[in-house]
Amino acid sequence: MTEVIDTATAMGRPIRRKEDARLLHGQTNWTDNIQLPGTLHMAILRSPMAHARITNLDVSGALKMPNVVAAFGAAELGELNGSVPCVWPVTDDIVMPAFPALAVDKVRHVGDCIAVVLATDAVHAADALEAIQVDYEPLPAVVSMESAISEGSAFVHDDKGTNTCYVYNLGGGYDEAAAKADVIVKRRFINQRLIPAFMEPRCVVAAPMGMSDEITIWTSTQIPHVLRVLLALVTGIPENNLRVVAPDVGGGFGGKLQCYREEILVTQLARKLGRPVKWTETRSEDMVATHHGRDQIQDIEIAATSEGKMLGLKVTLLANMGAYLQIITPGVPLLGMFMYPGIYKMDAYDFKCTGVFTNTTPTDAYRGAGRPESTYAIERIVDELAAELGMEPMELRKKNWIKHEEFPFTTVAGLTYDTGNYEAATARALELFDYDGLRAEQAERRASGDPVQLGIGISTFTEMCGLAPSRTLGALKYVAGGWEHCTIRLLPTGKVELVTGTSPHGQGHETAWSQIASSILGVPVEDIEVIHSDTGRSPYGMDTYGSRSLAVGGQAIKKAADRLVEKARVIAAHQLECSVEDIEFVNGSFRVKGDPEKAQPLGAVAFEAFTGHNLPPGVEPTLSAEATVDPEDFSYPHGTHLAAMEVDTETGKVKLRKYVCVDDVGVQVNPMIVEGQVHGGLAQGIAQALYEGVIYDEDGNLKTASLADYLLPSAMDLPSFITDTTVTPSTTHPLGTKGVGEAGAIASTPAIMNGIVDALRPLGVNDVTMPAAPMTVWRAIQAAKAGGAA
Amino acid sequence: MIPVAFDYVRPTSIDEAVAALAAGGEDAKVMAGGQSLMPVLRLRLGAPSLIVDCSRIDEMIGIRDSGDAIVIGSATTHHAVMHDSLVNEYVSLLAKATATVADPQIRHRGTMGGSLAHADPAGDLPAVAAALDATFTIAGPGGRRSVGASDFFVDYFTTAVGDDEVLVNVSFPKRAGWGAHYEKFNRTAQAWAIVGVAATVRMDGGRIAEARIGLTNVAPMPVRARSVEAALAGAADIAAVAAAAESAADGTSPTTDIHADAEYRNHLTRVLTRRAVVKAAGW
Repeated sequence: MTEVIDTATAMGRPIRRKEDARLLHGQTNWTDNIQLPGTLHMAILRSPMAHARITNLDVSGALKMPNVVAAFGAAELGELNGSVPCVWPVTDDIVMPAFPALAVDKVRHVGDCIAVVLATDAVHAADALEAIQVDYEPLPAVVSMESAISEGSAFVHDDKGTNTCYVYNLGGGYDEAAAKADVIVKRRFINQRLIPAFMEPRCVVAAPMGMSDEITIWTSTQIPHVLRVLLALVTGIPENNLRVVAPDVGGGFGGKLQCYREEILVTQLARKLGRPVKWTETRSEDMVATHHGRDQIQDIEIAATSEGKMLGLKVTLLANMGAYLQIITPGVPLLGMFMYPGIYKMDAYDFKCTGVFTNTTPTDAYRGAGRPESTYAIERIVDELAAELGMEPMELRKKNWIKHEEFPFTTVAGLTYDTGNYEAATARALELFDYDGLRAEQAERRASGDPVQLGIGISTFTEMCGLAPSRTLGALKYVAGGWEHCTIRLLPTGKVELVTGTSPHGQGHETAWSQIASSILGVPVEDIEVIHSDTGRSPYGMDTYGSRSLAVGGQAIKKAADRLVEKARVIAAHQLECSVEDIEFVNGSFRVKGDPEKAQPLGAVAFEAFTGHNLPPGVEPTLSAEATVDPEDFSYPHGTHLAAMEVDTETGKVKLRKYVCVDDVGVQVNPMIVEGQVHGGLAQGIAQALYEGVIYDEDGNLKTASLADYLLPSAMDLPSFITDTTVTPSTTHPLGTKGVGEAGAIASTPAIMNGIVDALRPLGVNDVTMPAAPMTVWRAIQAAKAGGAA
Repeated sequence: MIPVAFDYVRPTSIDEAVAALAAGGEDAKVMAGGQSLMPVLRLRLGAPSLIVDCSRIDEMIGIRDSGDAIVIGSATTHHAVMHDSLVNEYVSLLAKATATVADPQIRHRGTMGGSLAHADPAGDLPAVAAALDATFTIAGPGGRRSVGASDFFVDYFTTAVGDDEVLVNVSFPKRAGWGAHYEKFNRTAQAWAIVGVAATVRMDGGRIAEARIGLTNVAPMPVRARSVEAALAGAADIAAVAAAAESAADGTSPTTDIHADAEYRNHLTRVLTRRAVVKAAGW
């Protein structure tokens, strides 16, 4: 049953998602469901070695296998072997190695592509891989970042003569601030490497369409618009001949914010062979070939007075690039760079990041992209500072955070936070959590020497989202803008087409965008069709990542809808024979002020615009409006997250007993979607703290190469989250909205880890590395008992 | 991934299954629920030429009371085992351990016999079968034979079931009134046990009269903690259990993997044995 929603209150209602019926009933078309006649199926031979010279590659054996049509190594592919693009050269002297889709002479990580086979069915393509002959000369694998930048290390890219990709500096003045400090706390945090592990593996289908020069590419991507531009640049196919479609996409989390080598290969081979080509990745391929996230070594130093006033922060990072640079690999740490000071006031901030090449899968954006890393560092070090000062950790935060009356506030990192109310979110969270009661229980357990200790973890976070003001991106050397587009068309029958440049892959844009338009146009939610993720139907867009879709795309919807109403008002005034100034627009109807009986519904105006029989002079037929909006600034969601952690000191096993979060994401279009985004984000952030972590051995082999070893939590592993919100509207966004896609993932990781350390601090533990696996926690306890704490 | 092509038969009797295996030779492989075999095939870690699907052989499905024992057909699903009233009354340790296997979807497909014949050191049921002195009925070209638990598990992923044989059923001696607990230690609910302890005890006058303990994932095969069993006789309190559990890791040979090293597994074995026995005793 379709819910009937009063248009006047469509905005802000927790209505059910339009998308869910087709998704839950298995009626949608994922990319892998696309079956075109004559399709060739591509299978990829991948490197089993982290670093090796290919001394011999012979694909001819594969050609003799049943149903095989073609096989290619780099030599056979020749100039069609496109190079994977990187659009964010963060410094002038950044080292940018070539990244051919099929490896040329050398492989540089397990999973690097060596050759492809195309067969008339996927089974025979996979079988034929075994008939390809490859000989390798193993080379020393560069695996750890610290050894990569040490004297005498082998190079991932010989021709570059260094494993340092770039060095980026920001700020200054920390040493001066530290000289005045009573207390300085230093920690090294490891923000471990993660795998996005979206549910739908990647898939791409490319087909020459025959009736024109167009090649259509269906791909499981977050960025159809950006990908079209990049594929045109990489392949040389005229952009106007490329159409990119992202059908329903089963999760991305940044992992599908990419121009992947497989997308390049499928496109080039469809063009070369003149037939549809399809590739669907296996989970095993996904683990080694979809980009990874995080992977930073963070040396953090904070300086404060003995009263707990923060003076300065120094951040020194090693950021793992992996073997190659992908779309924004070098920039991910810089997305966090501005956020290390978090919500706190201080005088000085020094930041230095060194990007490092290793023989590992390339890294790139993963839910939060840079901000989870910075939030983890600041929220962990604040707890350590509190312990050093003997202060209650929440009191230390309160003493240093930006007070609600101090907004807008320009931070030491140079950002201007428009609004926030950390006091309100924290007060609500403490109340929901029973903070005082749990502190009392913690004291009892400590006093009685209970083998299960209780810890309380705090994370008072903010993040910057809504990528992004184009001028800011330009200043950071990012090669594109951050605007967003919307076109709204009123059809003759009164139905609405809303064309957006955002590209949902699970977020519920079809519902939320309808709610926004409904509330402005007075058209029922169910009468609005949201068109997206197809460059043929939605030509302009910057797609979906960085919690930008509502924060930026939402503004474009509002502007386009307002413009449409203004055009319609002119037509309505003509029909009602009065001046435009005398017309008011109420609940989808134009009325003559003071004479509500004289009215013209928007649908009737649309029909008039369609027929063009009686339009005012100078007004063109059809009723549509468009807007392209470049945001004025980022938006800054914030919140207070609290975790009660039980730690079994005998075994090291950790249990998340209670989780409370109060987020402030500004005005909410659909609170149910907001809550869903928070829940999913929490699961991922908690997973970083407790379960997930990529492990390579010293030869660069991925030891967590399947979901049996790379642990993802399920609903069975997580408690019922207690979530609530406060609403402090953003002042830089016309709808007052912020972003919510990454908040849970950013905030929760430090809350969990602070809780674990809080439980164990009386035992002498002052850090636990992530993920907090039982053996890791147990070893930390043993080391502390032996007096070996950091 | 896509498995290498294979032939497939689904016999309806034990005789047909044995004949199919004989015809298939060394490359034939028995499948029951497929929960362990299918991933092996899909990852191309194995490529049998013939799959003999034994999931529809009536004699291999179901649970019956044979007087002194409960006999469970090897292709009976985990779901059926854990909810069966005979199992819960007479072999409650098996019911409790089975409830910890993976997740509901897998328990509806996976089978008890498949799990035992797979003999994964991290599987939960081998330790239970060892603790309970189960008897395994195996059918092959030469007829049927019975093997005790101590002889059934031969090595890592290896049992007494030959390439040309099938496991027909497993018989568990009745232990009405015994307390039981399976202490599984894993990182996520669906993950394999890092260490597991299967404990069942007969109480008499508030003391432990008799105890049986099987250990999961501390050696290539399930281990009976016999020294702990002996030390527990007459234990009357938690302190006595704790003292007995100190020897739980004796005779184990745990491996090191990404989740735990040998030292930690030994530590867990001692702690978890104490906990399992205390819970089995109801203390």
